[in-house]
Amino acid sequence: MLSSDLKPEQFQTYPPQGRQLAIAHIDLLKQLPPSFVALLLREVIAYDWKFPAEQKDVTRQLTYLGGLPNEQRQEAMAGFAQIRLSPELEGLDWVNAPTQFSERLTAHLWSSHQIDGFRAAALDYGRRVDASRTPEKPPIPRLGIMVIGQGVAASSYTMFRKLRKQGVYFNAVKPENGVRLLVDAVAARAAAHPVAFGHWYIDGATQEPVSSPGLTSVSYQALEPARAAILKKMERVIKSGTGGPEALHDQMAELRPEEIGLEGTGDAAVLNHFQSSVLAEGSGTQIFSTSFVQWAAREALRRAQPVTLLARFTPRQRQRPMGELIASPQQSPTLDPEGSLIDADMGAYLTWINQQRLTGAEQSSFLVWWEDHPEAVAIAPTLPHGAVSSSSIDLNQVLAQIT
Amino acid sequence: MPSRRKVVVVTFGGGARDEETFMPEGQENIPHLLTELLPQASFFTQVVNRGILGHYVATASLATGVYERFNNFADVRPENPTVFEYFRKDLKRQARDAWVVAPSNGFNRIGESSNRSYGQGLGAGVILPKGLLTAALDSGGRTSYEHLLRDNYETPLYTPELSGSEFELAQLDEILKLSVSDFVAHARNLASPDELSVYVARQLMRQFAPSLLWITLHDIDVAHSGTFSLYIEGIQRSDRLCAEIWKAIQADPEYAGKTTLFILPDFGRDSDTDASGNGFQHHRTGDALSRTTWMLAMGPGVRQNVVVDRPVESVDLVPTLGSLLGFSTRLSQGKPLPEVV
Repeated sequence: MLSSDLKPEQFQTYPPQGRQLAIAHIDLLKQLPPSFVALLLREVIAYDWKFPAEQKDVTRQLTYLGGLPNEQRQEAMAGFAQIRLSPELEGLDWVNAPTQFSERLTAHLWSSHQIDGFRAAALDYGRRVDASRTPEKPPIPRLGIMVIGQGVAASSYTMFRKLRKQGVYFNAVKPENGVRLLVDAVAARAAAHPVAFGHWYIDGATQEPVSSPGLTSVSYQALEPARAAILKKMERVIKSGTGGPEALHDQMAELRPEEIGLEGTGDAAVLNHFQSSVLAEGSGTQIFSTSFVQWAAREALRRAQPVTLLARFTPRQRQRPMGELIASPQQSPTLDPEGSLIDADMGAYLTWINQQRLTGAEQSSFLVWWEDHPEAVAIAPTLPHGAVSSSSIDLNQVLAQIT
Repeated sequence: MPSRRKVVVVTFGGGARDEETFMPEGQENIPHLLTELLPQASFFTQVVNRGILGHYVATASLATGVYERFNNFADVRPENPTVFEYFRKDLKRQARDAWVVAPSNGFNRIGESSNRSYGQGLGAGVILPKGLLTAALDSGGRTSYEHLLRDNYETPLYTPELSGSEFELAQLDEILKLSVSDFVAHARNLASPDELSVYVARQLMRQFAPSLLWITLHDIDVAHSGTFSLYIEGIQRSDRLCAEIWKAIQADPEYAGKTTLFILPDFGRDSDTDASGNGFQHHRTGDALSRTTWMLAMGPGVRQNVVVDRPVESVDLVPTLGSLLGFSTRLSQGKPLPEVV
C-alpha cells in the first residue's frame, strides 16, 4: 500500500487519542515514504498508553514535519524514500500492524544491505528534529540513584570501574539504613516536585514500603504473576514448533497487559503497558532480575524521561539452560550474588549513559552505592572527576552534595 | 609444502567487543590470548564485517567469503560455495579431511552450500556436540548435563528442544570412535558447551587429523540475556580454550609445525553509547563497534608479534585460506591477506 492511499477509516481500530492524531495529520502522512510513516504510526497507534514525554515527542515530530515546506520535507525524508521495500512488505497492512511491519522491515534492511542507509537516514532525521526545537530543561536537575551488590559481603571485583573516573569515589559511607534513607529521599522529591511519571523507583526484588502518590513504582517481585504468564505463553509458542523466533517476537510485541493479568485504567493502564513491554520485549527480563532492572531503567529514562530514578539491583538466579528457565521457573531459585554485582555495576554505567542522553545532562547527578557497604560513587556538576573521599559521611550528606 | 599444510579456524559465534578483550580494560579477560598467543601471532586490529550481524549467517559468510543474505534463523545452506567445498574439490580431498564443530542452532547446514557447481557431497562433515550429547543421554537422564546443553542465545527466549538421533549415535561410534559411556563420562567433567566442542574437535584431530578444521565457539552469546558477568565468563572460557587448542596443535605430530591457526569473533557487539542499542547485550545497531572485530593468525610462515592496523574484511579469510592451502576461491568477495600468505 502507498502512503498516498491512506484514508481516515483505516484508523478505526486505533485507540481514541491515537486515531484523532492520525486523522488530524492524514494529509501529512500521505506525503511520507512508507518505510518512515509505518514507523511513525507504530508510535501513533500506542499514543493513548504513552508517557507524557513520549506523547509530546510524537506531536513534536508531526508538527515539525507538517511545518516544513515541501522541498525541505522531501530533503528530510530523502534517506527513507530511497529504501526499497520487498513486495511482501508493501503488501503488509502497515497501518494496523505497524509493529509487525517494523520487525519485518528490520530483517529486510539487513538482508538487502540497506541497514546502513536506513541508519544514516534515521540519525539525520533525529538531528533535524532536535535542531528544530529549543531543548526543554527538566523542572529540576535529574537525579539517578543505583543500589547494587546486595548480598555480597566481600568481593575482589573492582567496584564502579567505569563510573569512578566520572566523579568522586567515597570509601567511608555510613551504610546504616541506607536503602530506607534513599527511598525516603526519592519519595520526598516526588512530593515536592510533582511531575506525571517524573519520579521512579524500580526494585529487583520486593519494594521497600513507600507512600508517595507521585512516585511510579515497579518491582520484579510484584510482577511475578505477569512473568509467569509470559513464560507460559513463550513455552506454548516454542512447544508448538511453528513459526520460530520471529513468530515468538511477533506474539510478544502484540501482547496486551490484560493477557498477563495487568488490568487497570488511566495512569495504571499506561504503567501496565510499560511493564508489559519490558517483560515481553526485553531480552532476559523475564528470568534475570538484573536484566529486568537495567532494561526497565533504560526504558523508563528513554520513554518517560523522569527527573528522579532510583533503581535497586538484587541477586538474580543462577544460570540454567534457557529452556528450563522458561518451562520450570523455580519458586526459590539458587541465587548468584557475585555475578549479579558485576551485572549491576555494568547496569549502573549503562543507566548513567542513558540519563546523560536526556536534556539537562550537564546539570544531572548520579549516585551508585554498594548496598550495606561504605563504598559509593557520586557524579555531579559540582564534584570533581576521578577524586576520592575518605571522610566519614552518610548517604543523606552525599545526596546533599549532589542535589 | 602446501599439500602438507593444515588450517584450524576458531570463531567466536557470539560477538565479543574490543573493550572486553584487547582494549586495556578488557585485557584481564584474555590472559592466554594476550600473553601466550599474541606474541606468536600476526594480529589484525580491524576486521570489518559488512554483512548481516546474525551468528549463523555471519559464520556462513566467514566460511564462503561472501556476505550471505539469507534469514539468520532459516534452516538453509549458504548460497555460495564454502571454503570446505573449494578445498575438497580443487585439491581432491576426502570428506574426512574437512570438519566443522559448531553449536546446534542452525549450524547443521554450514558444511556445504546450495551452489550447483559445488554443494552436495563436496562439503565438510558437521558435528554438533550438543546433538551428540543429547543422543547419548536419551537412554539416561539429562540432569547432570544441563549445563552442557545450553541453548541458542541469539534468541534467548526461543529455545527449541534439542534432539538426538541414530545419526548422532553413529557419528559417535564411527567418526569419533567413542563409546556412548566414554563420551558421557567425559562430558560429566566439562563446564560448558564450548568445552564439549573443543573435546570433540580434539577427538577429530586424533582420529582423522583433518587438514581443514573449523570450530565455532558460542558460550559468549549468553550476553543476549543481559547478564554482563556471564558474558565475561564466556570470554574468559574462550580465551582458555583457544590456548588449549594451540597447545593441542603443538603437541600433535600430525599438526605441529605445519598448522596455521586463525582466531576471530564473527563480529563485535553494540557500543555502550549508541542510543538504539543496549551496550554489550546485542549486535543490532550496525554501528562501527558491532561491525568491527579482530583476528589472530599464527603458525609457520606467519610473522610473529606483528600488529596489522589497516582495516581488512571478514570475507578476506576464505581467499587467505585458499592461498595458504593452494585452492581457488573464485566466487569469494574477499582478498587474500598478504600479511599471512
